[in-house]
Amino acid sequence: MKLLVCIKQVPDMESRFKVNDGGDWFADADLAYRMNEYDEYAVEQAVRLKEQLGDTADVTVLCIGPDRVVEAIKKALAMGCDRGVHVPDAAVHLKDPWQVASAIAAFAQGKGFDLIFTGMQSQDRGSAQVGVTVAELLGYSCASTVVGFDYGAGAVTARRELEGGVKAVVRMPLPALATCQLGLNEPRYPTLPNIMKAKKKEIVTVPMGELLKEEPVATTTRFYPPAKKGGGVVLEGDVGDLADRLLGILKEKTTVLR
Amino acid sequence: MKALLVCEYRDGKLLDSSYELLAFAERLGADSAMVLIGDAANAPRYGGKVYLAHVAIYGEYNPDLHKQLILAAVARENPDYIIFQHSSYGWDLAPRVAAKLRLAQVSEVVGIDGDGFEVGCCNAKMRRTVRPATARAVITIQTGAFTPQSEPHGSPAVEMLDVAGSGSVEFIGYEPAEEKDIDLGKAEVIVSAGRGIGKKENVPVIAALARAFGGELGASRPVVDAGWVEHSHQVGTTGQTVSPKLYVACGISGAIQHLAGMKKSDFIVAINKDKDAPIGEVADVLVVADVMPFAQALTARLQK
Repeated sequence: MKLLVCIKQVPDMESRFKVNDGGDWFADADLAYRMNEYDEYAVEQAVRLKEQLGDTADVTVLCIGPDRVVEAIKKALAMGCDRGVHVPDAAVHLKDPWQVASAIAAFAQGKGFDLIFTGMQSQDRGSAQVGVTVAELLGYSCASTVVGFDYGAGAVTARRELEGGVKAVVRMPLPALATCQLGLNEPRYPTLPNIMKAKKKEIVTVPMGELLKEEPVATTTRFYPPAKKGGGVVLEGDVGDLADRLLGILKEKTTVLR
Repeated sequence: MKALLVCEYRDGKLLDSSYELLAFAERLGADSAMVLIGDAANAPRYGGKVYLAHVAIYGEYNPDLHKQLILAAVARENPDYIIFQHSSYGWDLAPRVAAKLRLAQVSEVVGIDGDGFEVGCCNAKMRRTVRPATARAVITIQTGAFTPQSEPHGSPAVEMLDVAGSGSVEFIGYEPAEEKDIDLGKAEVIVSAGRGIGKKENVPVIAALARAFGGELGASRPVVDAGWVEHSHQVGTTGQTVSPKLYVACGISGAIQHLAGMKKSDFIVAINKDKDAPIGEVADVLVVADVMPFAQALTARLQK
């Protein structure tokens, strides 16, 4: 069985984001990058399926982006993926979800992947479009927001997370694509031996120009911090003093301490 | 300008969030029509046109068929915008419709900015304005971002939709939410733990603060996913929606999904060492501090 996992590298979300010179995305400097959190669940699920199926399964991990994204590919290889594909693109942040999905679909087209895993969204852009669009372009069955995954008898049984803690159980035939939600599994930490083993795994480079034939259908015109609601008080200082000041405010503004 | 609004229907009922689509269409200044895969008895209270397909035939979740039905309504209505909620239904279906029609999709819109749409990004810390380059566009709106100004009313002119075929994704059934051992909805004070508390061993400190307030312990999603706190304590879109007299967010950055579950609280205190954390957007008081020592200091004073 051939499996594909699509991952993205994103900045640590604890970062302080500065607007770039173009005013349309964050400035790259001073940011620490990591694998998109949702994609860690996608990688883990693909590796678990490989472990379930044994040596008959082969997992390819694909990532689009500048050279630094090779680190994310290496992590996925250390988690247990078999081979990596890097699509170099220093301007991937200017591509819209339609273009990213089109490029991934162009890569996957004709390669006979039985199952594709993606995160349900990226932490930075958060459009939640790429995975479902890839499935649509390839004509695969697709379940999004998956928090439970089971493969058997040629079909996938997935639990989709709905609102309010309710789940929907769905079944779909292969070929299929699942977009993975947080909590689907417990992504493993790469062990040192596996990190060493991963160094020997192949990472091939595929030029974006070979895959992308589509123009953007949407553009980001502006990137900015949200307008502050105002009215909120910001307290800073020594912890004990802060606690006293907060209690003073709560006595004045709320009834919970009466 | 015309907008086609895709209603949501679950477990035999029209979801109230469907009316938020109408509020958004009004903000756009667009004429609207609605699509519902549901039943006539549960049609929206709305004076316009509703394209209705019977849920008994097409099911509550069948993405292939629902896509076909929406495309059929699009063909008849020829809208400029096709609008969904950014929900488990909308984010699943919208890209399928957009891809088929080769239209731009703008996800999780929170506002209108000139000729573009304002959306959140970077875990709600930042915003983008996105402009569709196609003449028509698919849009999903953030739940709770557009509130209807008046009670919905009217009865729609119903036109039936019908498509042939079956879908490749088979709906088996719903799994209900886990039984709750606590009802956060009744608590006057909720003190919630987020990833910023650092580790599971710190949860009792936050729980002690909750007790000192005479309140209940809440939690953000990452803390629940990590197994630090039971799911029954989770506040947010996939947990409970709460509006206590006082909500204290400890080390919670303020992802949209969490904010949606607590922003209607009467008074919100956020404790976070990151002054720019998006929780600050909804907080009445933002205490910039290390969470653990501050929580201990506050608990000690409350216990006196």
